[in-house]
Amino acid sequence: MEEVLDPGITAWMLTSASLVLLMTPGLALFYGGMVRSKSVLNMMMMSFGAMGVIGVVYVLWGWSMSYGESVGGFFGNPFDQFGLQGTIFDDAGEYVLSGGLPVIVDVGFQATFAIITVALISGAIADRTKFSTWMVFTGIWATLSFFPLAHMVWSGGFLSDSADGLAAMIFGTTDGEATVGPIDFAGGTVVHINAGVAALILVLVIGARKGFGREPMRPHNLPLVMLGAGLLWFGWFGFNAGSAYGADGAAGLAWVNTTTCAAAAILGWLIVEKIRDGEATSLGAASGIVAGLVAVTPAAGDLSPVGAIGLGLVAGALCALAVGLKYKLGYDDSLDVVGVHLVGGLVGTVALGFLATSGGLFYGDGLRLLVVQIAIAAFAILWSAIVTLVIALVLKAVMGWRITEEDEVSGIDALEHGESGYDFGGVGGTRRGSSISTPAMNTVTEGADA
Amino acid sequence: MKLVTAVIKPHKWEEVREALETFGVTGMTVSEVSGYGRQKGHTEVYRGAEYDIALVPKIRLEIVVDDADADDVVGIVVKTAQTGRIGDGKVWVSPVDTVVRVRTGDTDGAAI
Repeated sequence: MEEVLDPGITAWMLTSASLVLLMTPGLALFYGGMVRSKSVLNMMMMSFGAMGVIGVVYVLWGWSMSYGESVGGFFGNPFDQFGLQGTIFDDAGEYVLSGGLPVIVDVGFQATFAIITVALISGAIADRTKFSTWMVFTGIWATLSFFPLAHMVWSGGFLSDSADGLAAMIFGTTDGEATVGPIDFAGGTVVHINAGVAALILVLVIGARKGFGREPMRPHNLPLVMLGAGLLWFGWFGFNAGSAYGADGAAGLAWVNTTTCAAAAILGWLIVEKIRDGEATSLGAASGIVAGLVAVTPAAGDLSPVGAIGLGLVAGALCALAVGLKYKLGYDDSLDVVGVHLVGGLVGTVALGFLATSGGLFYGDGLRLLVVQIAIAAFAILWSAIVTLVIALVLKAVMGWRITEEDEVSGIDALEHGESGYDFGGVGGTRRGSSISTPAMNTVTEGADA
Repeated sequence: MKLVTAVIKPHKWEEVREALETFGVTGMTVSEVSGYGRQKGHTEVYRGAEYDIALVPKIRLEIVVDDADADDVVGIVVKTAQTGRIGDGKVWVSPVDTVVRVRTGDTDGAAI
């Protein structure tokens, strides 16, 4: 049967891709507001830098490694569609279609996922990381961790419902597919567990900021954090409702679940804060939004909206408790990428075992989906941890990860980017090489001599 | 001439200014400053981590006055800025040698 272009789906997917791309600048604001003012630019530049590297890498070999010809179910052959050769047009010169959608539109949509996933990691290693090492890391990590996991989960690989996959090994196959297929709607494993584990490993390799746990490292601009959280929520509609690959009821369900879960997670986080700390904070509300969005990511298409309320409450509360662990365990996950993305991603992925309207324990379908969900989460953790550890150690030996302690104290923005985030004074200094200042100063000197 | 410097609670600044204006003080320099005294700082909580924030925001007034007015000005500031609670601030008086009005070149008493 010949594929026919569906303009409705195509329009929605182009919109979704644009929404997801906006999440990365949103994340830059969310993270940027949370660091101290002396490192706001570096924090934001880590996200923008990821846009630069991954935006290029994705069309070269990212798509091919994610959706190209499979190598053992673990990753796509990078040379199969290198530079999108053979991806865009068929032999007749027509745009290749899949599910009513030109594949090139899907390339754009998927590229934005790769970008945001890499950018998510940066929050863990704020204030202290060489920008050059980070930029090199982004490309290598996407290549060895993100593209393979995207392939395994979304392209019929090892973590999908394929007959050769992990789920099929556990409960066998029916009609050539795993009897109990895993669910990862929009990236609980590929995006959030993956980024969260990578963040944890990087923090352990790179080490804590000077003064961590002792000096106040307050967010310097909470309105930026709130703005970033709002943009992330908005962009997440593309992430989740776009992952329905249709302009239809399934997309609508994902949209409503996404919003409901984020809303409930605000409440979950704030309730924990009110009881534990005495105040409901704005940072808590912003963090709750993100925790809820993370948790609903794998589940958005497979929940009832009432189930999404439960998921959001649990995710918000658990993440609010999890972000305190770093002080007890002594690892400087600066902006809580582990506490929000790893924990939230795990909550969403595992909760599907209970809450999935088809296959969940609460809907009378037994424990098998829960087992499968835990298995795919565990495998994703293992893959990301090993790959990230190897990359981090190699880069530590070759390039080094840390700026000097002195530079860290005086602020990474001036060192790495030669800029200041804020100039409230406007007095002092002249442009180097400017012709106005020099004669003026000479006049003064002559006057003094006379 | 005397320089009266007062560090007071921010929410008292309008009251103090009005009282001084009624008395006849025609100008002053005001800065938003931060610091601490016996009040110490306050506590803030970010994602469950409590921080003791040492510095508390205050308003600093600087007023140059004739010797004869110094005590009255100090009295007005103390009376209006007082809440009786810890952290009300300080006022101190220091001698001033010379004052020049930039626009006219007037000095001392004529420049105030």
